[in-house]
Amino acid sequence: MISYLVFAGTIAGFYALLSLGLVTAWGQGGLVNLGLVGFVGLGAYTSALLSGAAFPIWIDWIAAAVVSAAVGLALCFVVRNLRGDYLAIVTLGFAEILRLAETNEKWLTKGSDGISGIVAPLKSDLGESFPFFYLIMTWTLVGIVAFLLGCLLRSPFGRALRAVRDDEQIAAVAGKSVLRLKLQAFGIGAALSGLAGALYAHFTSYIAPDVFVVQLTIYIFLTVTVGGQTRLAGAVVGSIALVALLEASRFIAAAIPGLDAVQIASLREFAIAVTLILVMQLRPEGAFRMTNERSGLSASRAASESCYGKRAIVDDAT
Amino acid sequence: MLTDLLQYLVNGLIVGALIALPALGLTLIFSVLGFVNFSVAAQLTAGGYAGWLANTTLKLSLVPVLIIAFLVAGALGVVTDRIALAPIRRKPSARTPLMVAVVSIALNMALENAYRFSFGSGLNSFDMPIARDMKVGGIRIGLQQLHNLEIAIGLAVLLALFFSLTKLGKAMRAVADNVDLARLKGIEPVRLANLATFIGMGLAGVGGALLAIDTSVDPSTGSRLILLIFAGSVVGGLTSLPGAVAGALLMGVIGELGLLVLPPVYQSLTAFVAILITLLARPSGIFSGASGVRK
Repeated sequence: MISYLVFAGTIAGFYALLSLGLVTAWGQGGLVNLGLVGFVGLGAYTSALLSGAAFPIWIDWIAAAVVSAAVGLALCFVVRNLRGDYLAIVTLGFAEILRLAETNEKWLTKGSDGISGIVAPLKSDLGESFPFFYLIMTWTLVGIVAFLLGCLLRSPFGRALRAVRDDEQIAAVAGKSVLRLKLQAFGIGAALSGLAGALYAHFTSYIAPDVFVVQLTIYIFLTVTVGGQTRLAGAVVGSIALVALLEASRFIAAAIPGLDAVQIASLREFAIAVTLILVMQLRPEGAFRMTNERSGLSASRAASESCYGKRAIVDDAT
Repeated sequence: MLTDLLQYLVNGLIVGALIALPALGLTLIFSVLGFVNFSVAAQLTAGGYAGWLANTTLKLSLVPVLIIAFLVAGALGVVTDRIALAPIRRKPSARTPLMVAVVSIALNMALENAYRFSFGSGLNSFDMPIARDMKVGGIRIGLQQLHNLEIAIGLAVLLALFFSLTKLGKAMRAVADNVDLARLKGIEPVRLANLATFIGMGLAGVGGALLAIDTSVDPSTGSRLILLIFAGSVVGGLTSLPGAVAGALLMGVIGELGLLVLPPVYQSLTAFVAILITLLARPSGIFSGASGVRK
């Protein structure tokens, strides 16, 4: 039971990393990336192949993040002028193409058989306590990333990014480099996706193209929406909620008599999809609302100038 | 060599004709409702299953099978649209089209899993006599595929007549062109949106049934084709109905010709590249310069 919880907790950590990336790119930068899973796969394969070539693991992980970020930057640069819904089509297609390549470039990826026996750090030294170590390491990483992103998003960079999200033209008129901000946000998202993919690959020691399907993208959109699209805390809370939902649905579906394995699996996916639809309809702002993220420089400004309509959260500290 | 090339061309047109119906549906929905509905893939599959059930349990022949596929996919399209997507459209903001697109992917996933739950993941084939392929001057043409081509073209012509001759069709084009002006003229956009969804998803369903007759149907039939369908629609300009047909035929031919240089598994790659190039170079579609093809 404990090892099961540890496993689920580690998976939640991977989801949290992915969600932090999506909050940065989508929630804060307004850039939709339906090809999220493509970058996860890219990171996982980069890391697995490099470790197969006997590079040390820390280099593999950095390389995974760097490769995913580079591909993300290139994609974002190519599609820089596309409208949001066009961007959705292109990113979705991009992930599909990556998965095709993973399936068919057998010389590199071993095709649909996948790559197995990916080494994990310190696994032989730690033995029984390895899962604990990985759990703590993953969540430490989540903490560090969340802290750094928090600093970044509170900085002038974050404010400029939100300005681009809310109105590109005004941000451009105010002298912000819209393209550079978009690239940075998309790149951070892609890098975190790649890193999460690499962590996953070394944790389960097996990856295959079937792992990186569009369902995972939907999971992460659900996570971020449940938590609140613009909030880092929401990403972390949402990913724990997602894993709870995924695991609970496993037990509930298994408890219904007379279902075969395919039916149980499809019932769970169905439940996840319906949950995302319901959350989007009933509480699109998520558990953590969008706050009026103020610069702190002009504390005396009138609180009524909130741009988000109904209710702005105003800090009364001053 | 020439016959080879012609063979590819014929094959491409046949694939394109099948893609044309769902691409038309997608374009119709995008023009009238203003958002990208990814669940068109699931409705295509719905048409395939409806046709398969009608054929294997009720022993119906081709035409009633296609009508049932149209009705089932159309009705399912409208019902799921009202339940899942309409509530999100009602809160308009700058991000609404994107939210609806994301939710439509979730809807697609929900439907696909509902099919898998009900019918399993196996392939289901129709119980129809297989016509022998015929040969015209060294080029092989399947009779079934030829039928499909005729039906697809016939439906496209019917649709074109509907849009140019009937009051409802004209009203729908008006909404696609400018919602506010249409409302000013007393056109009710919501009712038209439902009709557009019904026709659009119905067309996808017919496409799915034809495809399933040609091959088979399984829960992911539609999702495997979604990139190609989008390519047809996007290349045609996303809001032009004749453009969608032309775009789909073009994508079919490019995809087949691509086989000359690409392994068959990478057929989606040509679709993706076509989408990317069109959106970057000419977002209004590659036919937008020609007269009469604009929406």
